[in-house]
Amino acid sequence: MELLDNLYIGFQASLAPVNLFYCFLGVLLGTLIGVLPGIGPTATIAMLLPITFGLKPETSLIMLAGIYYGAQYGGSTTAILINLPGESSSAVTAIDGYQMAKQGRAGPALATAALGSFFAGSVATVLVAVFAGPLTEIALQFGPAEYFSLIFLGLISSVALAHGSVIKALAMIVLGLLFGLVGTDVTSGAQRFTLGIPEISDKLEFVAVAIGVFGLAEILRNLENEHDRDVMVTKITGLLPSKEDFKAMVGPVLRGTALGSALGILPGGGAILSSFAAYTVEKKISKHPERFGKGAIEGVAGPESANNAGAQTSFIPMLTLGIPANAVMALMVGAMIIQGIQPGPNVAVEQPSLFWGVITSMWIGNLMLVLLNLPLIGLWVRLLTIPYTILFPAILVFCSIGVFSVNSNVFDLYTVAFFGFIGYVLVKLGCEPAPLLLGFVLGPMIEENLRRAMTISRGDWTVFFTRPLSATLLVISVLVLLVVFLPSVRKKREEVFVEED
Amino acid sequence: MLKSFAAAAAVLAAIGFGSASAADYPTRPVTMIVPFAAGGPTDTVTRLVAESMSKDLGQQIVVENIGGAGGTLGAGRVAKSEPDGYTLLLHHISMATSATLYRKLPYDTLGGFEYVGLVTEVPMTLVARSDFEPKDLKAFIDYVKANKDKVTYANAGVGAASHLCGLLFMSKIETQMTTVPYKGTGPAMTDLVGKQVDTMCDQTTNTTNQIKGGKIKAYATTTTTRVSSLPDVPTAAEAGLPGFEVSIWHGIYAPKGTSPEIVKKLSASLQKALKDPLVVKRFADLGTTPVSDADATPEALKAKLTSEIDRWAPVIKAAGVYAD
Repeated sequence: MELLDNLYIGFQASLAPVNLFYCFLGVLLGTLIGVLPGIGPTATIAMLLPITFGLKPETSLIMLAGIYYGAQYGGSTTAILINLPGESSSAVTAIDGYQMAKQGRAGPALATAALGSFFAGSVATVLVAVFAGPLTEIALQFGPAEYFSLIFLGLISSVALAHGSVIKALAMIVLGLLFGLVGTDVTSGAQRFTLGIPEISDKLEFVAVAIGVFGLAEILRNLENEHDRDVMVTKITGLLPSKEDFKAMVGPVLRGTALGSALGILPGGGAILSSFAAYTVEKKISKHPERFGKGAIEGVAGPESANNAGAQTSFIPMLTLGIPANAVMALMVGAMIIQGIQPGPNVAVEQPSLFWGVITSMWIGNLMLVLLNLPLIGLWVRLLTIPYTILFPAILVFCSIGVFSVNSNVFDLYTVAFFGFIGYVLVKLGCEPAPLLLGFVLGPMIEENLRRAMTISRGDWTVFFTRPLSATLLVISVLVLLVVFLPSVRKKREEVFVEED
Repeated sequence: MLKSFAAAAAVLAAIGFGSASAADYPTRPVTMIVPFAAGGPTDTVTRLVAESMSKDLGQQIVVENIGGAGGTLGAGRVAKSEPDGYTLLLHHISMATSATLYRKLPYDTLGGFEYVGLVTEVPMTLVARSDFEPKDLKAFIDYVKANKDKVTYANAGVGAASHLCGLLFMSKIETQMTTVPYKGTGPAMTDLVGKQVDTMCDQTTNTTNQIKGGKIKAYATTTTTRVSSLPDVPTAAEAGLPGFEVSIWHGIYAPKGTSPEIVKKLSASLQKALKDPLVVKRFADLGTTPVSDADATPEALKAKLTSEIDRWAPVIKAAGVYAD
């Protein structure tokens, strides 16, 4: 019954009026910045960090956490409405969410995202509360070899992201991998493909690339066929999902939650994989995979649940070990240090009201988000009725501010322009940006972990097969490959893909 | 028309000079650039000091993170800024090591800046995974000499303090381990706690709590005296490796040409901030202490930078590692 005691301590902290207020402020701010394309939680938390100095430690962490998962909600809004993912996880939501919006089903898409996220967030919060300790131990089993195999599986499965030609999807993944190589090689410190430009000597900025290939390219394309937009505006149907929608949603939400929770605890990019993985799974098991990429509600429900569950469980390594899983968690660690709390294995013991207060506030915050977001859906959808000639300059301005805010770097704006042009050309060629983005994110990770695993094993390739976790993941990869290339399946695939070209 | 333009220009110039005059500096918020990501140890040090200095100067010091290229981008930005006292830089030991690590820098390390003063020196610790065989530093050195490159050493990438600390250690014991680079100390620490790698050298900011929690073991601190937050960990000299001293020292710089009065004002404000009880307490939590008044001066920072450039150049050149 220790858990109940702990939860009691937690709710006592998180239900204090001042904490409730800052929790609400956090999720509200998070939603708003999530909706503004490009301005992500990292930049916002960095900007708001000084404000939290004056607050009590748990209050400030509750607010910062609220901003983080609030932004996960808000980020999907722009992905659905204007094809503008601000975070790598919402890039997947954009695929089918934006198609739904185009068909006048923006309301149901947004509601699906909100409800799926709420369910996933609630389940993941319970997981964090009950299993934080043991889950950390599992996450620590993941060494470089395991990460390599996990990402390998991710790349193999990613072909499913494409709803057009498989060859083109593979080409996009490879192109993404190549762009991912730009910057400093971690192992040797050598610069690759940086053309002597110091601004990209680390890497190409993800937000700039994503906004370019998705957002800017979409704007260019929309300006080309202005009349398409009018069609889309007049056709707005109900705001809430229908009975059939709910039925279609249940399975993907459950599976997305499971996948996201599992991958989120892995420090080092597990959360990025979760939404991609959820989409792949939904498409693979769907009876009608041909609907994916054309507004399938499962393609919104699965990844959205996965990314919210992942966002929640990514707190586990930070809370139990003091080790940040991503940039936002690094900021949270910074906030704790400034507050005089040393993040580490002892936080749960030394600061129970902080530890459990933050965990319980996640559930409260998720509830607030649903209550906040469901009524807002009508407002967001009406945004689409704004004439495009007014809307697109506003989007461009917000994108530019957002991209600039990441590093205060003018060069990143040129990157947006460059990738906007590339994205436009790709759309014209019938290639899709999602696999490119996946390659861009996973390419450097797989290389880093491959070389690290080989360094530690001192050049012994068998390390990937002798470690049980790694071997299991590789076996699954081979199975996926077999499924893709088995004659009977391939025939079905060709039917699926044929109508695109 | 021309006349009114000239008048407007004169007014603008007056406003411009007004804000630059040293007597009433600062009249608007000051930007302090940290050349690293928000939330990291250097960022934390900066925000604590900036907050305290803001109270003293009567104007907010806004901390801006301009990361990238091992801190050289942010330093370059400050070197090219107006020398009016409204753009400052807080940088650490990399200011000195970058001078050798980078063959081409966007600024002149010794000639591009005015010096405000040293801020703090964060100690480092030599640590290993919790189940690693050697019990103390002596046994560890023997183990490394016997097993050489079978021992893996994690660091946060070329040029990082954890990398330099390892280079110094290996040159001291004249034995090479296998270096495993990571993107930052966070993931490196994850793999050390997860027992994927054998050892690492990192600042107390990152290691103290893992050591206290028993997730990793510590062999020595790289300081001359014991670190107050880790009283049981011997110094390298005590444990048998004298001369193995590394600290992450932080200093505040202004662009070259900033008026001496402004620099003086900033130094005085820095000295006050370093005595602020809150700053002292938070620094202690990080396992470090603020420097003395004598060190929070332009002269002390300049001397430190010069001596550290000279100290690290041969180590880096001998290892043949460059970051560009």
